[in-house]
Amino acid sequence: MIEVQNVTKKIGDKVILKNISFNVEEGQFITVLGPNGAGKSTLFKILSLLMKPTSGVIKINGIAVNEGGIALRQKLGVISHNSFLYDSLTARDNLLFYGKMYGVKKLEERVREVIQQVGLELSFYQQVKTFSRGMLQRLAIARCLLNDPEIVLFDEPYTGLDQQAIDILNNVLKTLKQRKRTILMITHNFEEGVELSDRILILNRGELVFDEANLYDLKSLKEIYRKKVGISA
Amino acid sequence: MTFFRKALAIVEKDIKAEFHSKEMLSVMLVFALIMLVIFNFAFDVKKQIVNDIFPGIIWITFFFSGLLGLNRSFFIEKNQDCLLGLMLAPVDRSVIFLGKMLSNFVFLLIIEILTLPLFFIFLNIPVPQKFGFFLIILFFGSLGFVAIGTFLAALAANTRASDILLPVLLFPVLIPVILGSVAATKGVFFNLPFSEWSIWLKILGVYDLLFIVVPLMLFEILLEV
Repeated sequence: MIEVQNVTKKIGDKVILKNISFNVEEGQFITVLGPNGAGKSTLFKILSLLMKPTSGVIKINGIAVNEGGIALRQKLGVISHNSFLYDSLTARDNLLFYGKMYGVKKLEERVREVIQQVGLELSFYQQVKTFSRGMLQRLAIARCLLNDPEIVLFDEPYTGLDQQAIDILNNVLKTLKQRKRTILMITHNFEEGVELSDRILILNRGELVFDEANLYDLKSLKEIYRKKVGISA
Repeated sequence: MTFFRKALAIVEKDIKAEFHSKEMLSVMLVFALIMLVIFNFAFDVKKQIVNDIFPGIIWITFFFSGLLGLNRSFFIEKNQDCLLGLMLAPVDRSVIFLGKMLSNFVFLLIIEILTLPLFFIFLNIPVPQKFGFFLIILFFGSLGFVAIGTFLAALAANTRASDILLPVLLFPVLIPVILGSVAATKGVFFNLPFSEWSIWLKILGVYDLLFIVVPLMLFEILLEV
């Protein structure tokens, strides 16, 4: 579904990603781990079509991303640590706006559906600026699910979440996995979401240093991470 | 049609956001009113000189007032990385430009509609005979201003000193629109024959077209920088 072939990204003289290659099969859940400065966010931006690699090829469903921009963006859902939501709009207006931008059919109905999925029905008409960090992230999840994306990219989705929001996010991840959605999660947090992953990738200093099926318990994974990255998780 | 529908969705979103926050229009309106008060005190409204410089007064007021709006227009897109959210949407990036440009145009027109009668009243200026022409000039002058202004505001938004950078970038580029708007307005207010000032209206039209088409083509590149 996603093919990343020899991707390198340079900014000025600095090499952020060095010759990264991996494939993601349809319905797979991949977690990319790595310390700060490993190049995780750059990889996320490249995969979400917000940044072009300096060299290398990325294909989604066999189509190179530089050839199928708009059509490919329709298949993507992205959740970042920033919500992409407008403070002065209500939850409803934010979802309606993004729904229109994604050309979602039966929009009002779909907005109700996703807002229920993240448990924010009671805050439907509240301005987003009154939301807590957890509520904001839940609404960002709803925004991401609006167009029922085939591929969902998460960048540090657990950052700053309370337990209720973590549980909701875990449920969303489980539901997406059951529905055979392809998921790629970038995180430095071992405690959440990693156990759901089918495969673990570890990035360190722009290089892919580990790429294996997730057959490990948390303790073993932390040990592998320590060996590969040189610091404990 | 999808292209325009999505641009209109951005306009609708901006108007709703402004309705809730009232951050942009209130600042623009207060600035325009302050300008009115200053000009009212600075010049003797009974003298002919006010009539002579009135075209300059209103365009200075509208352009500087509009500048405040342009500075704010991408501020809301930078908060929570909303601009990235827009860039992730499956739309041509020029839709974002068109939507933001139309929003800025609507906000500037609102300010013009609200303050123009006050300028006529407080500066004791008679409504020109060819008021319809003045409305056309107002439309084209404002459109040219917001078109290139929106493009440069997006460029400046990615810098730390965007508030300072925007006027420095904008006004040199805007000179043809400023000249065209003021000269054509003079023609209307001084009741000159149309043939004497129609050239400025044509210049305005050409620059408007240029300032809309070029940013539409370049906006994708600008966002990726």
